Amino acid sequence: MTEELKKTSLCDTHVKYGGKMVPFAGWYMPVQYKGVIDEHMNVRTKVGMFDVSHMGEIVVKGPDALKNLNLLLTNDFNGMHDGQARYSPMCNEEGGVVDDLIAYKKNDEEYLLVVNAANKDKDFAWILAHKTGDVEITDISATVGQIALQGPLAKQVLLKLVRPEDIPAEYYACVFNVPICGTEAMISTTGYTGEDGVEIYMPWDKAPVVWEALMEAGAEEGIMPCGLGARDTLRLEAGMPLYGHEMDDTISPKEAGLGIFVKMDKEDFIGKAALEAMGAPKRRKVGLKVTGRGIVREHQDVFLNGEKIGVTTSGTFCPFLNGAYANALVDADHREIGTKVEVDVRGRRVECEIVKSQFYKR
Amino acid sequence: MALFFSKTHEWLLEGEDKTVTIGISDFAQEELGQLVFVNLPEPGDLVTAGEAFADVESVKAVSDIMSPVSGTILEINEELLDAPEMINDAPYDAWFVKVGDITYHEDMLTEDEYKAFVEEEKA
Repeated sequence: MTEELKKTSLCDTHVKYGGKMVPFAGWYMPVQYKGVIDEHMNVRTKVGMFDVSHMGEIVVKGPDALKNLNLLLTNDFNGMHDGQARYSPMCNEEGGVVDDLIAYKKNDEEYLLVVNAANKDKDFAWILAHKTGDVEITDISATVGQIALQGPLAKQVLLKLVRPEDIPAEYYACVFNVPICGTEAMISTTGYTGEDGVEIYMPWDKAPVVWEALMEAGAEEGIMPCGLGARDTLRLEAGMPLYGHEMDDTISPKEAGLGIFVKMDKEDFIGKAALEAMGAPKRRKVGLKVTGRGIVREHQDVFLNGEKIGVTTSGTFCPFLNGAYANALVDADHREIGTKVEVDVRGRRVECEIVKSQFYKR
Repeated sequence: MALFFSKTHEWLLEGEDKTVTIGISDFAQEELGQLVFVNLPEPGDLVTAGEAFADVESVKAVSDIMSPVSGTILEINEELLDAPEMINDAPYDAWFVKVGDITYHEDMLTEDEYKAFVEEEKA
């Protein structure tokens, strides 16, 4: 490992607040502060704050911006109003997933794509390689800091720093150029915790100022800085997929349970022909509730009546539900809710039940 | 009674009846984070010095607990199975197992030596 780890502008701030720093996707990031469970519970019951500045941001700008989005992404980007956000997988020609992302519409000729940190360079190259018509693609990741403020009290805290009209009323929407802490930010009602909340996009070096202001504003509400550990347990508990786990270059969005974001009736998009040829998925993502003793992790084999039917893709202890849960990719024939299966946990068979994969719903 | 420590962060307490009690150090529980699951052996199981006899899981990861001695498990702390957080709250009270019929005993660190070792690990 000779590669230098990248640091967000909040790195010193994390150390100041007791963040335990670890390498993640080439970045030096806090995995936890007080503890994963405390942070997880705080987001479910009050409010928590995450540095997600490592995420990638790519601007698609020009008269053919919409055309490019609709070709690159499986979701349909027609009919969006300015200030709306939409989630989508981005497929390769084989129908596997290059990445999953959120596109924010600024206006008819400008969209912001927010992509996974680990995939940013790959995504940028992919998008550039497939660009069509009059459009400019720019990687602005190095200039954008991002803070996720999540939890039932998140908006209440943010309202101490911005005007009510600066926070979108609807889910998956955004307001651009919001004045905050002497800078300007984009505020979106998005997140990766299954909780109410917002994400704040601001100039890279302004993130520490906004962070400190939120810590102070949220003191009354019991705000807590949270690390990537809680981010992962929160997303899993809420049934949200993670790239590299529930989907990757070899797993199609339909297999990953993301079929609703694949618009097969759209004119054309990269991967459409392959997805059509595949037909109904032979493997499907399912949720597993661990009913035996133990914690199921990723890459563990799933058995039905002694026969292997699949493999787990993520698994952890979910603090709010106070139990162990996992996701698995299994033969589509065996995905019925209520099916009793076993997972091999380091040589020990642990009983699980197939359940709806949105384990927690607020 | 003095505690002894291994370089893999277990503590060991020698009893008067030539049995030993084993747990994990405060540094270990701190490093592991909040624990949510413990897997213990059964009384009667044989353990080997330098090999795992139990594992603990935090939210994020599973970690093996190594035995500093070879011998036979006499007793396990069943309370931990339902309340793994006891290990975080009071690591020196939350013993894992008692071992008897000891045939081999690794060289271990005294409390002061262990403290110095941990300081080095942190540096």
